[in-house]
Amino acid sequence: MSQDFHIVCISGTREKLQMAAMFASVAAATGEQVSVFFSMNALPYFVKDNAVEAPVEGEFGALMAQEPGVPPFKQLFKQAAELGDAKLLPCSMALDLLKISEEALDPELGPATGLTRFLNDAEGGQLLTF
Amino acid sequence: MSECKTIDARDTFCPGPLMELITYMKQASVGDTLELLSTDQGTASDVPEWVNKVGHEMVSSEKIGEVWHLKVRKTK
Repeated sequence: MSQDFHIVCISGTREKLQMAAMFASVAAATGEQVSVFFSMNALPYFVKDNAVEAPVEGEFGALMAQEPGVPPFKQLFKQAAELGDAKLLPCSMALDLLKISEEALDPELGPATGLTRFLNDAEGGQLLTF
Repeated sequence: MSECKTIDARDTFCPGPLMELITYMKQASVGDTLELLSTDQGTASDVPEWVNKVGHEMVSSEKIGEVWHLKVRKTK
């Protein structure tokens, strides 16, 4: 039986984005219903052509940053969407504050979603926050 | 006719090898066997879990030197 996983990404640090992306990709590719809500410091990494690297939080992040065999978090989120139909939802409030439109984001993100809608959809499922 | 394809995911870390396998599984035909090569220990236990959950068939799992050879047959 499939479960619903709702992941909230607010941190912009490498470790938290990586762990959220690992959850999203593995759960989605295993047939679970996954949605990921991106807000606060997590959203700017998904603006098209934003090449800024997520800063590391601690030693483990530094270790991951040095190791080319660690799949980048953006690749894992993309695979979650492509292989497992995960929904990657940008927070509409964050888009408003950043003064950008949904079209300025990577194509796998959308539609812009408000918190009320996200909470309604998340009802009864598991909520994970990073 | 069913095929056997090898996916070289050595030197990548979890969940890289699993995602590689899943990518190729999507493209494969029913009856095809995929052999995943991985140096990641976690992958050796995660792949059978995934195969069991989604209902494909684990053909074999063998460690040769430092490399895991995980064979999976697509059943649906």
